[in-house]
Amino acid sequence: MTAQSAEDLPEEVQSWIGQERYTEQTTFPIEMGYVYTTLSATENGNPLYWDEKVAEELTGGPITLPTMVSAWFRPHHWSPGRTEPAVPLQLHFDLKDRLDLPEAVMSDNSIIFGKPIRPGDVLTTTQILYSVSPLKKTKLGTGRFWEFGVKITNQHGELCAEERYTGYGYNRS
Amino acid sequence: MTDVNELLLGDVKEGSQLPVLEKDVTPVTVVLGAMASRDWRPQHHDYKFAVNNNGVQDIFMNTPNLAAWFERYLTDWTGPKGRLGRIRFRMKDSVFPGDRMHFSGEVTGVESMGNGVGWLEVSISLTAGDKSCVGCEAKIAVPETPEGNPWSLEGEDWKP
Repeated sequence: MTAQSAEDLPEEVQSWIGQERYTEQTTFPIEMGYVYTTLSATENGNPLYWDEKVAEELTGGPITLPTMVSAWFRPHHWSPGRTEPAVPLQLHFDLKDRLDLPEAVMSDNSIIFGKPIRPGDVLTTTQILYSVSPLKKTKLGTGRFWEFGVKITNQHGELCAEERYTGYGYNRS
Repeated sequence: MTDVNELLLGDVKEGSQLPVLEKDVTPVTVVLGAMASRDWRPQHHDYKFAVNNNGVQDIFMNTPNLAAWFERYLTDWTGPKGRLGRIRFRMKDSVFPGDRMHFSGEVTGVESMGNGVGWLEVSISLTAGDKSCVGCEAKIAVPETPEGNPWSLEGEDWKP
């Protein structure tokens, strides 16, 4: 469920609510290297990813870990022509900037999984802002909660996942 | 199929407990997970930044890495046929190097889809010592019979 937004938001931020923004394609084809690094980071021995026979039998070949979905649309930290580091979830950083809330954490994350993501896929992502709360004080500081999401489709237009985040941008107390 | 662990829908009921998983967190646990998820933000690898800018005690686990730990916890239990439908988690406190992660879970729902596959709803808690760090609710499809395969479901048959 989407929360009611605050009424004291800058007009520009208010105009973002409900609008699809930053529709982008992944900057590199999906590959298994990051999958193995994730399996290693989490000591995950699931044979679906380690055993080609199991992958062939269950999923018709290799797939990536469903929960890795956000990794695929995070930009390279640097690329030619870029002078500032790129940031993932640009909408989140736009909110920090426009609301003058320099620090932020994610407090809530949900993902609905659709078509498995496979090596070689090219994904398209779209970000959407659902709500921004009034100012609230927490143990971290004073700031606002915002709810936004990312829709991920593959090169065939099939829905692979829908992510939803709650971020909290704040000024330290 | 290759001999692997395989949980069937009928093996569990509402209230069934998942086996506990524990893991000591080191800086490598945090940094490797952040890099694997292509998360270059400094609070996940730069101690001074985390302390001075985020006001926390140390670098801390990033959200996608925690999601991958929850997935590992679930599929350790279900075996490779376990297919995540949805997952939701709420961060209450951060996980830092020096913490011992303690994952525990309980089945909160069991539902047959009627096509050889069923849904399990699971509530998972990630704690570290006295800290309650993350609460997680997941919905995962498992076979109802040895022949069932949740990964074969597509389109209208896959409604997580």
